[in-house]
Amino acid sequence: MAQIVINNLRKEFGAFTAVQSSSFTIEDGEFFMLLGPSGCGKTTTLRMIAGLELPTSGQILLDGQDVAQMRASARDIAFVFQMFALYPHMNVRKNISYPLVSQGVSRAQVRERVQEVARILDIESILDRPVGGLSSGDRQRVALGRAIVRRPKAFLMDEPLGALDAEFRERMAEELRALHDRMGATTVYVTHDQLEAMQMGDKIVVMNHGVVEQFGTPQDIYDWPATMFVADFIGSPPMNFLRFDGEVRPGTDSVRLNGVDVPVPVQAGEAGGKLALGVRPEHVAIDDASPVRGNVLATEYLGTTQIITVETQNGEIKVRAPSSQIVGVDSQVGLTFRQKALTLFDTESGKAVLSDANRGVLSHG
Amino acid sequence: MAEVVLSGVSKAFGKTEAVRDVSMTVSDGSFVVLLGPTGAGKTTTLRLIAGLEAPDAGTVTIGGTTVNGTSPAERNVAMVFQQYSLYPHLTVRENLEFPLKSPMLKTPQAEIDRKIAEVAKVLRIGHKLDNKSTQLSGGEMQRVSIGRALVREPAIFLMDEPLSSLDAKLRSELRIELKRIQSQLGATVLYVTHDQIEAMTMATHVGVLDEGRLVQFGTPRDIYENPVSTYVASRLGLPRINLLPVAMFPGGPERAATIGLRPEQIEQGEGKDATVVRVEHLGDQMRLHLELEGQAITTLADPHQDYEAGDTVKIRPRDPLYFDTNGQRI
Repeated sequence: MAQIVINNLRKEFGAFTAVQSSSFTIEDGEFFMLLGPSGCGKTTTLRMIAGLELPTSGQILLDGQDVAQMRASARDIAFVFQMFALYPHMNVRKNISYPLVSQGVSRAQVRERVQEVARILDIESILDRPVGGLSSGDRQRVALGRAIVRRPKAFLMDEPLGALDAEFRERMAEELRALHDRMGATTVYVTHDQLEAMQMGDKIVVMNHGVVEQFGTPQDIYDWPATMFVADFIGSPPMNFLRFDGEVRPGTDSVRLNGVDVPVPVQAGEAGGKLALGVRPEHVAIDDASPVRGNVLATEYLGTTQIITVETQNGEIKVRAPSSQIVGVDSQVGLTFRQKALTLFDTESGKAVLSDANRGVLSHG
Repeated sequence: MAEVVLSGVSKAFGKTEAVRDVSMTVSDGSFVVLLGPTGAGKTTTLRLIAGLEAPDAGTVTIGGTTVNGTSPAERNVAMVFQQYSLYPHLTVRENLEFPLKSPMLKTPQAEIDRKIAEVAKVLRIGHKLDNKSTQLSGGEMQRVSIGRALVREPAIFLMDEPLSSLDAKLRSELRIELKRIQSQLGATVLYVTHDQIEAMTMATHVGVLDEGRLVQFGTPRDIYENPVSTYVASRLGLPRINLLPVAMFPGGPERAATIGLRPEQIEQGEGKDATVVRVEHLGDQMRLHLELEGQAITTLADPHQDYEAGDTVKIRPRDPLYFDTNGQRI
C-alpha cells in the first residue's frame, strides 16, 4: 500500500483554475476524504491522482515516485466509479475476475484471489449467481470486489454512495469503513456530504473554489476551523457567527457584544473592524440570567436533542439543547457561550484569529 | 387549503400490493410526512391523492368532497417533484405565471402580478424574477418550482422528495425554508421522503409505511418515543436504535424477546463490560461502536472523552423499550 504526497498541485482548464496549488499528504493506510461543495475542485484533484487528468503543474508522489505525468494504467491505483457498473451478462465470479484475466494472470491465481476477495466481502455464497438478480447491497460489494482483486496501491472513490437512499447509504458507509479497517488500504474518497466525511475519514481536506481551506482530523477541523467557510461547511447545523465591530490583539480575553462582555480564549493574533464570534450550536446554552438576549424563532425536534433558533442583535443563533428542555417560540431568552470553545474570525479575510485554544491545530495544520 | 382524508385505500399493480387499506387524515394546515424505505408505498399514496392513480378500493376526499374518479386537474392539488421542471426558455416570473395563465383559469393580469409578488416575497426570490430560469442555482430552481405550486393556492401540496437531488448543505437550508413557508401560509402539505431528518424537523405528523401499510401515525415525538414496533423504532433516530436479545439484560416483561436501546437509553459507567470497536468523531458527538457478547451496539459519548478501540466501557439499560417475538411493542 502507499503514501500519496500532493505537492503544489494545480489544474487549469483554459482560463478557469479548477485546483490552485494544493498540498497535502495522505499517509499509508489512511481513509482520506476530499470534501467540498460542487465545483470546489475535489473531483478534479481525485482525477489527477488517478491519472485521468494531467496537472498543469505540481507533483503527485506515490510512495516517493512522481507519477503526476504518468498514464493512469501505469499507476497501480484502482478507481471505484459509480459502484453499480457491473457487466450484466457475466456472473459474480466473472465480474470480479475480469481485471485479472485482462492482465493475463494465471487461472489458478485468479481463482485463488477471487476466493480471497469473496471471503473479505462475505459474498462467497453468491459467486456463481448472475449479477442481474442481486440486491443493491450485493451489487455494490461485487463492484468493490472488482477493485480490490487487483491489489492496487490505493483506492480512489468518487461519491460512491451518492445515489443511494439514506438508510442504505448509512449501512454501506459503515461497511466500507469496516472493509478498510480489515484491509488497511490507502483510500481517497470524494464527497460533498460533511457527515459522511466526519464519519468515515481519518483525515479530511476541505476545498472551496479550488483552494485547500483546511487539512486535518475530523475533530480538529470541527473544533478549530481555519476559515469561516470551513466553520460553516462542517457541522449540521453549522457554526454560528455573532457579527460585531471590534478589535483584538494578543492577550485579549473578552469581546464586547452590544455592551456585554463575552469571555473568549486568550487571543494570540490581531484583527480589527468587522469581526465574528464563532460558536457551535452545542456550545451555546439557554440561561435566563445571561445578559446576552434573544428571541426564540423556532424549535426543531431531533429525538435526543432539539435545535432552537434564536434571533439576537448580532444575528441568528442555533442552539443544540436536550429535547427535554421546554422553550416557547416567541419567548425572550438569555444565552451563554462555552468560553474555551469559541473562535474569532476576521470577516474580511474569512480567517480565524489565532488564540491559545486553536493555535495547536492551526499553526501547523 | 383543505383537509384530505383517505379511508380504506388500496392499490395493487399486478401482484404487487403497493398500498394496503390505508386510512389517514391530513388535517387542514398540517404538514404530514410519509416515511419509509424504497417500495413502502409512499409515492403511490401521493399519486392516489393527486389522481394520477385510481384506487382499487377505498375513498379519497379533499375538503369534504369525494374525488374518486375525478381528473387531477379537477382536484386542485399541486405537486412538487424531486426534479425541478422549469421551462428553461422562460424567466422566473414567466415560470411562476404559467399555472395562472392556463385558459381554464383566466386570471386577470393585476391579480397575477399581486400573487407573483407575494410568492416571490415568501420565497425570497424577488430579485431574480427577471432572470432566465437556467441562470439560477439548484436551490433557487427548486424554490421556483415550489413557487409555481404556491401561486395556484391549491387544496393541498403533494411533495415527492423535493429536496433529495440537492446537496446536503442546501437541503438543510431548504428544510427550514419549506417549514417556514408552510407555516406562514397555513398550507396543507403531504410530503414523501426516506430522510428521517426531514421527517423529524418539518412534520406536524409522521405516517410510517411498511410494505403498503400505514403502521403508525403521530407527532415526530410520539413516533420517536413510543414506536409501536421494531420497524417503526428503526425509522427514526441517529444512530439507529440498538435491538438486542432480551436475555442480555434480563428484567423485562415476560413476553419480551427484544430489548430496544437508543443511545440515551444506554447508561455508561455501570453494568456489563462492552468493548470499543471503533470511535467516530462527528464533531458535536462521538459515536462509539461497541461489542458485547457478540452483539454490535452503537451509542454516543461526549466528543472529548478519550476512548480508543480496545477500551472497555460499562453499560446498562435505562428505561428501555421491549418488543415481543413479532417485533411488536409491549
